[in-house]
Amino acid sequence: MNTDDEERRVNAADEMLLTIDELCVSYRGRGLRTRPRRVLHEVSLGLRPGETLGLVGESGSGKSTIGRAITGLARAESGRIEFAGERVEHADARRRRRLAKDIQMVFQDPYTSLDPALTVGDTLREPLLAQGVPAKQAAARVATLLDRVQLPADAAARLPREFSGGQRQRVAIARALAPDPRLVVCDEPVSALDLTTQRVVLELLLEIQEATGVSYLFISHDLSVVRFLSHRVAVLRDGRIVESGTAAEVTETPQHPYTRRMLLAAPVPDVDRQRERRAAFARARSGAAA
Amino acid sequence: MRAPSPRSPLRAVLRNPLGAGSAAVLLLVLAAVLLAPVLRPGGAQSSNILDAYDGAAAGHPFGFDGAGRDELAMLLYGGRATLGEAGLALLIALILGLPLGLCAGYFAGRFDAVGSWAVNLVMALPGMVVLLAARAVLGPTTVVLMVVLGVLIAPSFFRLARGVAADLRGELFIDAARVAGLPAWRILTRHVLVAVRAPVLIQASLVAGVAIGMQAALGFLGISTGVSAPSWGGMLSDAYTSIYTHPILMLWPGLALGLTTAALLLLAVALRDALEDRPGQASARRTRRPEPVRVVPTPAAAAGPARAAARSPLLSIRGLTVAYAGPQGAEREVVHGVDLDVRPGEVLGLVGESGSGKTQTALSVLGLLPLGGRITGGSVLIDGAETVGADERALRRLRGGVVGYVPQEPMSNLDPCFTIGSQLAEPLRAVLGLGRREAAARVLDLLRAVEIADPARVARSYPHEISGGMAQRVLIAGAVSCEPRLLVADEPTTALDVSVQAEILDLLRRLQQDQNLGLLLVTHNLGVVADLCDRVAVMRAGAIVETGEARQILHAPEHEHTRALLDAVLDDAPVRAPWQARPTRSVA
Repeated sequence: MNTDDEERRVNAADEMLLTIDELCVSYRGRGLRTRPRRVLHEVSLGLRPGETLGLVGESGSGKSTIGRAITGLARAESGRIEFAGERVEHADARRRRRLAKDIQMVFQDPYTSLDPALTVGDTLREPLLAQGVPAKQAAARVATLLDRVQLPADAAARLPREFSGGQRQRVAIARALAPDPRLVVCDEPVSALDLTTQRVVLELLLEIQEATGVSYLFISHDLSVVRFLSHRVAVLRDGRIVESGTAAEVTETPQHPYTRRMLLAAPVPDVDRQRERRAAFARARSGAAA
Repeated sequence: MRAPSPRSPLRAVLRNPLGAGSAAVLLLVLAAVLLAPVLRPGGAQSSNILDAYDGAAAGHPFGFDGAGRDELAMLLYGGRATLGEAGLALLIALILGLPLGLCAGYFAGRFDAVGSWAVNLVMALPGMVVLLAARAVLGPTTVVLMVVLGVLIAPSFFRLARGVAADLRGELFIDAARVAGLPAWRILTRHVLVAVRAPVLIQASLVAGVAIGMQAALGFLGISTGVSAPSWGGMLSDAYTSIYTHPILMLWPGLALGLTTAALLLLAVALRDALEDRPGQASARRTRRPEPVRVVPTPAAAAGPARAAARSPLLSIRGLTVAYAGPQGAEREVVHGVDLDVRPGEVLGLVGESGSGKTQTALSVLGLLPLGGRITGGSVLIDGAETVGADERALRRLRGGVVGYVPQEPMSNLDPCFTIGSQLAEPLRAVLGLGRREAAARVLDLLRAVEIADPARVARSYPHEISGGMAQRVLIAGAVSCEPRLLVADEPTTALDVSVQAEILDLLRRLQQDQNLGLLLVTHNLGVVADLCDRVAVMRAGAIVETGEARQILHAPEHEHTRALLDAVLDDAPVRAPWQARPTRSVA
């Protein structure tokens, strides 16, 4: 037994924490006669412990659905989702609650992802409560979490509406970190924030990963945000992965024309470079049209 | 464990004279009825036939009824029956309707289908007929009838709870609670019940009034109970027999019923005002006194000759201040003296973070500040005409003819009830006076001008049938339809995907150059600035901190805030290094 454990610990670094294999998800339309619409087509990807995988795509590409399937908010139609060697795609409610210890999520909109009627402290206690942590320990944990995301200790007694967007997103991050998870799915966590706030929150996420070794599945439409935080990047289009590789490979020498177009479409704050980019984008677009 | 909300709704109800008054009446009635055994220890049944129909006497302020019973004792004990049984019906309705409604809304699917079907069935039943039938089958016991009544009014709570829960189901914080691993019952009690609390309280107050009325009606008709136990309805029924000889006997039970139900209704109104968060409604009325606007047409003395000399003929803003009404009637200034110029054919970028006042400034140009906001001072010249303090008609003429507006959210700015074609044609007919056929032809031209491939099809479409990028093209077509010379665009590409953004920026550039438009472009994206703008004004906390040529602002910013904005841009940040195995953390 002991040697087994020992060995597992040694191998843990090479093992995938999360493996997704040919995952398909469909959403059922409203009404009786509408056919289900498939939003993910046989998506496969893997995530190692302490790694960040960036998922980029435009709206409707299915990037959020991947995150929702991992956390059980969307139902997998076929394919496998394996977390720490365990199939989880059809976990029942009881298993889900146990998995919540290890898989957490940060949502896009810091304004609607916090219950306006609950104090920050109550919100942070929520995942601890679900794990059956005793009240006294939970209170201590809340204090640690607030410190971790650089919020003042008295924040616990206040309501979300007293905080700015950036501060709220810190609360949401603290909530996700509460049960000390191994994977956090970040669904566009900074796209609702101001530029300067966005940078600060991203640096906080980086620092937390360095300190705790948590893995991130980082979902965003913004390549510049993704490359800043991700070790590897996968580009999604219409529910399929069109390109994946290290952040440098995908964002500096993109192979797929779609990735190239996305990169060229994002304007840079430099008048001359933007003029070049614009021309290159026009060429890429006409090339795609031809 | 829940911390009290800083603004206690209970206190808000009591501060409202309506709420305080009705609550006092209800408390008084309840206390009197509950204390009946203390006030009238003899009970209501002791009667002396000699006192029948006697008027007020010492210790008997309301006199005696036809059987010689003390009218006050009858009211007190009758109230126990009436209020108690109405309360029972309300309780049954709550117990049945609330949890079922919450579950139906939250779980949806089959549970909701069955629940809603059953509820619709109950609602389709005629209440009085069911009650009469129930009496025939179950006997004339009031308690039983009240349980039946409770079942009959349960649907009102079911539908209310279902609606709120179904709305909440899509909220992110419910998703977050699910991801946190909370079981469904915990999510329902912790998050959903709280949200449904306020509307249920209001509804309960209304339903209580209805239940009291029903109970009294049953008593009056004599179908609920024998003559033995007094009730307000029964008293009315008794008094009715002698309505011509002793009409005063109708008054007391009638008054008791009327006061109680009216108090309940008014309390419901006060609760709604307090709970359904309508901040500053009362105070808004108080601040309506129009303060004179300080128009500053010639700011030469205040700002020096340089500033006065350079007023642009197209759009020129000087010393603009905008304020919003606060909760206590005090105004909060959000824009503090902004100076801007947009010359013909020039693109000016207005840059800043959220809350910097850039959108407020842009909306002031259009005279379209949201409710509660107003221009408190300064001067806005459009095409040489002063618009601060100008009347609505003059503003409308400017908005239609000289200024066009491109909003941020393309979808919410199109009316879902009308086709694209009719929405675009309307201003053409109203402002340019075109006929129906001319307008339709012009709409197709406009759609073609914004590079829509199949204009005829798009003109026939409803907003939900087109994509976000297409919707933004349509709105741009609308903005330029009356051939304006100035375009105000508020974050026109923020809601769009990058590749669509690039196309929309190209379109704006082409239109701007072809028609020599002045463009005031509000954005937070410095890349968009580099792409489109000639000049840039950087805003922070309601003031402009730096203005200059786009190249100078982006490449050699002077103000530290501009530098901070540029530093936060991630385009040139280093890409993250490839992943490396790290020492595993202990598997504790």
